[in-house]
Amino acid sequence: MPLARLIALLALLALGIATPARAQASDLAGTLARFALDRFPDTQAAVEALGASTHPTALPVLEALADGRLFARTADRAIVWREPGGTWRLALTGEAQADAPARPVRINNAIRRALESALGNLTLLAPDPARRLEAARALFRTRQGASLSLVRAALERETDPRVRRALLEAQAAIAVGAADAPELDRIAAVSVLAERGDREAQGILRAVADANPPERLKAEVGGAIRAIEHRLALVGMAQNLVYGLSLGSVLLLAAIGLAITFGVMGVINMAHGEMVMIGAYTTFVVQEAIRLHAPHLFDVSLAIALPLAFLVAGAIGVVIERGVIRVLYGRPLETLLATWGVSLILQQAVRTIFGPTNREVGNPSFMSGSVEVMGLALTWNRLWIIAFALSVFVALLVTLRFTPFGLRMRAVVQNRRMAASMGIRTARIDALTFGLGSGIAGVAGVALSQIDNVSPNLGQSYIIDSFMVVVFGGVGSLWGTLVAALTLGAANKILEPVAGAVLGKILVLVFIILFIQKRPRGLFALKGRAVEA
Amino acid sequence: MIARALHARFGGVVLAAAALLVGLAALVPALNLLVPPGSALHVPTHVVVLVGKWLTYALLAVSLDLVWGYCGILSLGHGAFFALGGYAMGMYLMRQIGPRGVYGNPVLPDFMVFLNWRELPISWWGFDLLPYALAMALLAPALLAFALGWFAFRSRVTGVYLSIITQAMTYALMLAFFRNDFGFGGNNGLTDFKDILGFPVQSAGMRATLFALSALALAGGLLLARAVVTSKLGLVLVAIRDAESRVRFLGYRVERYKLFVFTLSAAMAGLAGALYVPQVGIINPSEFSPANSIEAVIWVAVGGRGTLVGGAIGAVLVSAAKSWFTGALPEYWLFALGTLFIVATVALPKGLLGLAARLRPGRPRIPAPAPARLPAE
Repeated sequence: MPLARLIALLALLALGIATPARAQASDLAGTLARFALDRFPDTQAAVEALGASTHPTALPVLEALADGRLFARTADRAIVWREPGGTWRLALTGEAQADAPARPVRINNAIRRALESALGNLTLLAPDPARRLEAARALFRTRQGASLSLVRAALERETDPRVRRALLEAQAAIAVGAADAPELDRIAAVSVLAERGDREAQGILRAVADANPPERLKAEVGGAIRAIEHRLALVGMAQNLVYGLSLGSVLLLAAIGLAITFGVMGVINMAHGEMVMIGAYTTFVVQEAIRLHAPHLFDVSLAIALPLAFLVAGAIGVVIERGVIRVLYGRPLETLLATWGVSLILQQAVRTIFGPTNREVGNPSFMSGSVEVMGLALTWNRLWIIAFALSVFVALLVTLRFTPFGLRMRAVVQNRRMAASMGIRTARIDALTFGLGSGIAGVAGVALSQIDNVSPNLGQSYIIDSFMVVVFGGVGSLWGTLVAALTLGAANKILEPVAGAVLGKILVLVFIILFIQKRPRGLFALKGRAVEA
Repeated sequence: MIARALHARFGGVVLAAAALLVGLAALVPALNLLVPPGSALHVPTHVVVLVGKWLTYALLAVSLDLVWGYCGILSLGHGAFFALGGYAMGMYLMRQIGPRGVYGNPVLPDFMVFLNWRELPISWWGFDLLPYALAMALLAPALLAFALGWFAFRSRVTGVYLSIITQAMTYALMLAFFRNDFGFGGNNGLTDFKDILGFPVQSAGMRATLFALSALALAGGLLLARAVVTSKLGLVLVAIRDAESRVRFLGYRVERYKLFVFTLSAAMAGLAGALYVPQVGIINPSEFSPANSIEAVIWVAVGGRGTLVGGAIGAVLVSAAKSWFTGALPEYWLFALGTLFIVATVALPKGLLGLAARLRPGRPRIPAPAPARLPAE
């Protein structure tokens, strides 16, 4: 029996080789048989034939081939594939088979390319829109000319607007490069690509312009390339601005607590960075607890961590104020040294408790991923941090302006002795103010844990920047802190592409050093006698 | 009056300390080189190197005390001056390696060959000559201090603001020196030194010589600083520290006095760095880290600011404690240092020397350094 089958198979094969067109059109069995020959050109031809067919078994067979799961059975040379689960299926019909000795169908690079485009073609018709979209995008990148008719067919059936758009672009990408296509079609394709307007579209158009196209097309292509360049430049600037805004909001978060302790109280708090670090570690502890006891709460872990971080860092701040800073009022330089000592102790304490290495703090689902707006890729965590920094700023302004505590605090800052005579307990207000500044630093730590490494050195990296922001903005002015943070953030990011990251940072530092010489009290200097006291 | 009182109390101490240092400069090398290793009097070479390193720290502390203790300028950038001096010396030592480097290039140091540089950058010219390198070790920090001070003192940046500016300066320098294309060895810094004036750096004789030089430099620094603070100029400096506006209203050009003492102090710190590098055998950008500068400040605070000798004592004590802790209890060193910062500022505003003076009644009390002014006075 096997012999008869073999002969029949060979006959089929002969037929397949002799008339590839017919095999491509209908004869699935013949196509599959070519895999069994184990000759690269035959395998490739079979792949291409399957790619153009609409048979339901074509997609799983090609996927299996791409993953090295396609086999020719040794016994009868039938083509079978093994599913990832381990089940064997016959390629021709898709029915399950018993395990039998088989030899894999080998592929080379040329076949891999053919496979990719064939798979792309087939998935264009897949039932899942996400897969169709991916296939259309892949086609845009590979631009396998043969699939133009398939794209048209897919376009006719397509209802999803996003997939339609991607298909149109893929069609345009193929058509614009096809020298034999009518010129008008190619010009229409140029306008579709110009509308897409990204670097890839520009690359395709460049390739067309280099291939000596007809005059009219050439003019169109040239115009489109320039339009895309212009657009890309604008997008680049916008991107830099967004990055700058994002860095600025990070600086704002890091500095705003310092704007209270240093700016309002005049305490040189070198342990400020450590308060940020403690906030970040509070987030870590909260997330660990959630992971162990209530994993479904993970998405609200930050909401739980925020008040906790405020309380923990605020409490530590109050202790520092009561224990150390109180003794040193009126001696700012000594305060600087003492709080530096505090910062060393806090760092080492965290290192002893949590270890010197980075700790893993996860992003909740709403903060991961990114959104694309007009060609700008914006990650959600950056956007959330911008929003968060601004809301912390507003909350602080409101606290200082409209709460009884804020009123007392401002009174103590403006005229301590008068405030005391009015019955305000100034020592208590001092401790609470310092606690507020520290607590806000802790809250900042929760946000920064999302974008930075949570390690004992976290605070060190922010302390100098924070002081720069507060001094640049004007000591004692919250608005100054806001403007300074955003300005420095934008300046850093605008200088970065020109001068490199490190040099950009150095330039900004030098600029601030010079700026302080010119305006020793910063951008938004407080005026009046209270300042001179 | 204050200066005279200080002079009366500490002038003699400085002289005694200088004499002691000169004695050490002769004695320790002798005990190291001439006494056989088995003898009880022998000073092992590693102790010579360690103490020699502390002596350069002490010189840095004296230079810092000169500006902070006597002029009220709390510089958080003296580590940068120290490191600049060290780099000048390191560059000389790199040029002395000559063709003995890994790549065997007779002129270019290894890291330049590695970076595919063809010729020596201008900033490295002349560093094959020791006198030039030493001059640069003094001049480079002095020039930087002069430029910074010129801008800062003229626009009356004082107190905490000046501290923060100097800290930003050393931070910016650290970032710059970490870059490979800045031309000073990037984050590896300069190391693998061979010899000075033909004598191997590692030899016991050179170690002892460097120790003696460090002790003499510290003695010289103490005497120079004493000469400055006991002169009429020193009187003005102390007056500036205690009431800057009043001194200005009396007609003194405050910024010039400050500029002078700041520049002088930076040059002293540079010399300390130049002596430090051959003893430890490496200089890299982490020497610029702001933490180092602040640590130098705590030496002065522990020893007692405005006493000159106090800074030197503080530097040696704290460094010795650090050596012991990092060997025996590395986990606890930062706790100890942090506590030291707090105790020194809260409980010992006048440092150990102040404590000593308070514990010996009958002697004239040291006038307390006036409480530092608020940033805006």
